[in-house]
Amino acid sequence: MMAARVNLADATTFPSRRVEEWKYTDLHRILRETPPSSPEATVAPGGPFAALGGEELAFVNGRATGATQIVVEGETTVRLRFVSTTEGTGHEAACRIELKPGARLLLLESYEGQAPRYVSNVVLDITLGDHARLDRIVLTDEPDSAISLARADVRLGRKADLVQTTLTNGARLLRQEIHVAHPGAAFAHIDGLYVLDGKRHADLTSTVTHSGVDGITSQLTKGVVKDEARGVFQGQIVVREGADGTDARMGHHALILSDRGEVDAKPELEIYADDVACAHGNTVGSLDQNALFYMRSRGIPEAQARAMLTEAFLAEVTDRIGREDLRDLCRAWLVERLG
Amino acid sequence: MLKIENLQVEVGGKPILKGLTLDLPSGEVHAVMGPNGAGKSTLAYALAGRAGYEVTAGTATYDGQDLLALDPSERAAKGVFLSFQYPLEIPGVPGLTFVRTALNAQRKARGESEVSAPEFLKLVREKAKALRMDFDMLKRPLNVGFSGGEKKRMEILQMAVLEPRLLILDETDSGLDIDALRVVAEGVNALRSPDRAMLVITHYQRLLDYIKPDKVHVLAAGRIADTGGPELALELEKSGYDKYVGEAA
Repeated sequence: MMAARVNLADATTFPSRRVEEWKYTDLHRILRETPPSSPEATVAPGGPFAALGGEELAFVNGRATGATQIVVEGETTVRLRFVSTTEGTGHEAACRIELKPGARLLLLESYEGQAPRYVSNVVLDITLGDHARLDRIVLTDEPDSAISLARADVRLGRKADLVQTTLTNGARLLRQEIHVAHPGAAFAHIDGLYVLDGKRHADLTSTVTHSGVDGITSQLTKGVVKDEARGVFQGQIVVREGADGTDARMGHHALILSDRGEVDAKPELEIYADDVACAHGNTVGSLDQNALFYMRSRGIPEAQARAMLTEAFLAEVTDRIGREDLRDLCRAWLVERLG
Repeated sequence: MLKIENLQVEVGGKPILKGLTLDLPSGEVHAVMGPNGAGKSTLAYALAGRAGYEVTAGTATYDGQDLLALDPSERAAKGVFLSFQYPLEIPGVPGLTFVRTALNAQRKARGESEVSAPEFLKLVREKAKALRMDFDMLKRPLNVGFSGGEKKRMEILQMAVLEPRLLILDETDSGLDIDALRVVAEGVNALRSPDRAMLVITHYQRLLDYIKPDKVHVLAAGRIADTGGPELALELEKSGYDKYVGEAA
């Protein structure tokens, strides 16, 4: 997926559905012209991860309030906030993140919308040195009139670990993309969760390219759509020639809880190496009617039974988050979105 | 307690129950026996309110109220419990969470206060012990990966905690070895009381050695074809259902 990058200053870069990688997320349809530039603004420290501590690095309307890069030696926690505060304007932000060999970073990344109808385009460039570990949680909370695009390009060193979970309730159009260059003998865990209602749209797109031996990729994305919402999952894992011993698993499972909800899924495995263990699973369905009846027959009212089954379905993703405080925070986010 | 009159039920447009009448007084245990396809499970599901089991005629009155007008969860709150032939697996919901949610939902519907977590745990531990169940099993997602016997014990445990007044047991003996059957039957017998009634639906007489019925009804071709005492079950075990099936055809 090497399609040209979106540049808000140049409307000819806004992809339409005729561009294969943007088939289900037609930016051109809703954005034809460069939006007016967002003004400078400030926000108070905080954000959804405030309780977890760490250093805060905020980009407000695309402008960094401090450094534009994060370089980590040793171990640290950074709350990286992308905040949009102005109605009807657009901005781009770019941030470089480098983990030196053996470094550990807990990156708590939030996309926060404080005004309607903005356009935000974020580009992250992430490098993990050998034996480095990045834990990345991406959480979005943006209005249903906003356009929010984010793209992360990640290069993994040998024996590096990338462990990330993205949680989103979408926007008018939201896309979170990640592209991982996997050298083999490293670990990439890329999970996602979407809970969409109204006319919200969320697109989780990822590519992982294995170019060396014994690499591991584990991906689980789950989502629910209600009303007229639309969820998109595009996951591509490429195992290049010579990347023997690769172990790559990708799962995407979604529930559609309304007649007009839509989920588009495109899981792709391209394997050019031998002796690999690769699997992908993809299901899109509705709640299990038999399970629902069973619960109701025990006295649980239908709405509550539906909510329990939906939460249990999605919680498989948050349950995979290792740190308890983070897991609890993500579970709480999920419960609130379902409520 | 339960009066069923001329009940007619269709599934997918096909008539299954064709005028079933049955009177189950409080304090009694009635067995409903019959050949495969006679409509035994249809009776159970219609009484519990499963979608797709369409009542086209007749009535079912429970404690003087129209049972068929109620939502399944309302029936449960009023004390109706269906023990499933094949209990469902509920991934992601631990057994303890499930049972506590059900108990509190029922209590809420009846205008009673919720049971606190410590009270609930004490209650469940006690009931699980009586059923010789490993308490840790209750921390696992409900019924997921459980054996047939374990699932049936979970059903009886839920019954013991929820304390229903009308118990409908649908083929509770299926999938049970003799030891599990004994434990399950003990659990059911412990719930027998003058203000409860039970409908024990079964194909085989075996279960009735352990749960002694006051009356036995033979269900064939959608109707009660015969009613008698416990001796009727023994007779059926010897002679089979041919007599009734022949009559119906």
